[in-house]
Amino acid sequence: MSSPNAAYPDTPDQATKPKRHEWPLWEVFIRGQHGMSHRHVGSLHAPDADMAVKNARDVYTRRNEGVSIWVVEARHIAASSPSDKGPLYEPSESKVYRHPTFFDIPEEVGAM
Amino acid sequence: MTRDMAFFEFLCRMGDNTLVLGHRVSEWCGHAPVLEEDIALANTALDLIGQTQMWLGLAGEVEGEGRSADDLAMLRDAWDFRNVLLAEQPNGDFGQTMMRQYLFDQAHVLLLQKLAGSSDERVAGIAAKAVKEVAYHVERSRDTVIGLGDGTSESHRRMQAALDLLWPYAGEMFTDDEVSGIMAGEGIAPEPSSLRAAWDAAVQETMSEATLVIPDSDFAHAGGKTGFRHSEHLGHMLTQMQWLQRAYPGARW
Repeated sequence: MSSPNAAYPDTPDQATKPKRHEWPLWEVFIRGQHGMSHRHVGSLHAPDADMAVKNARDVYTRRNEGVSIWVVEARHIAASSPSDKGPLYEPSESKVYRHPTFFDIPEEVGAM
Repeated sequence: MTRDMAFFEFLCRMGDNTLVLGHRVSEWCGHAPVLEEDIALANTALDLIGQTQMWLGLAGEVEGEGRSADDLAMLRDAWDFRNVLLAEQPNGDFGQTMMRQYLFDQAHVLLLQKLAGSSDERVAGIAAKAVKEVAYHVERSRDTVIGLGDGTSESHRRMQAALDLLWPYAGEMFTDDEVSGIMAGEGIAPEPSSLRAAWDAAVQETMSEATLVIPDSDFAHAGGKTGFRHSEHLGHMLTQMQWLQRAYPGARW
């Protein structure tokens, strides 16, 4: 029988209860069988990006949902603030002319 | 021993490995250290149980006595099981479970790759389906062994203890006998010993990445895949796994 590797000299002889470290949170995006874009499906915890992809595979593609997975560590996502809702979104409410509904799209353009 | 008797034994070995290990892994359901691992382990267990249905289904067919996969799984007693001792070892802590999984997965994937070219079409078909699942199992268990082995002092200590504990059970996966000789002669399955070098190389690489020391011993427990002497753990496991069919024979969903 071998002893624990010398690279870990501080390995204790007696088992002690380890401190619980939380893994970082990852947001998961999946591109479905017929979808063109990745969609946010939820989040999970994982120690690193590789494991986050594996965990996403196990948690979010069990029922054949996806053909591609993206994961992003949640802390890297910059988000707008809910309290800025007024200035950010209300000005566009009264600008119907911004909707592209006033002209016909030629058929040969196809799906947009 | 006739060809069909050996073929039946071989198929029971394949199906009992996946059945017993699948049941063991399923024992984690609802108990794993984190939600993500809980689901991943349940997926692995379900893959293994699915493979069991195919292996034991074919075993019943080859035997020709009208026994279904369910009959073989739920109505045989410990001495008729042909799984390797490694598969029936208790879960221990999460690290011990993942170490057992890796040692098995690494051998399993090498075997299935060979079986995909079996002279028996049914065996080749099952192997071709299973090898895709198992390629993922080994990727996951390997990464976890490396992550925990080369992790904190605590996780390293536990993984080394798991490797020391389970190492003597690994050798049984690579011993040849009359059954394997007949299977190899028929071109149905390779001699287990022929997979050893590739397994050793892969395990060596994984353990060195995981900073774990492989025990300096070739000693290997035997008696699982021949059914000669299972460890005490199998009987206890079967009382859990089989109780419903034993208590209510023929019960269905």
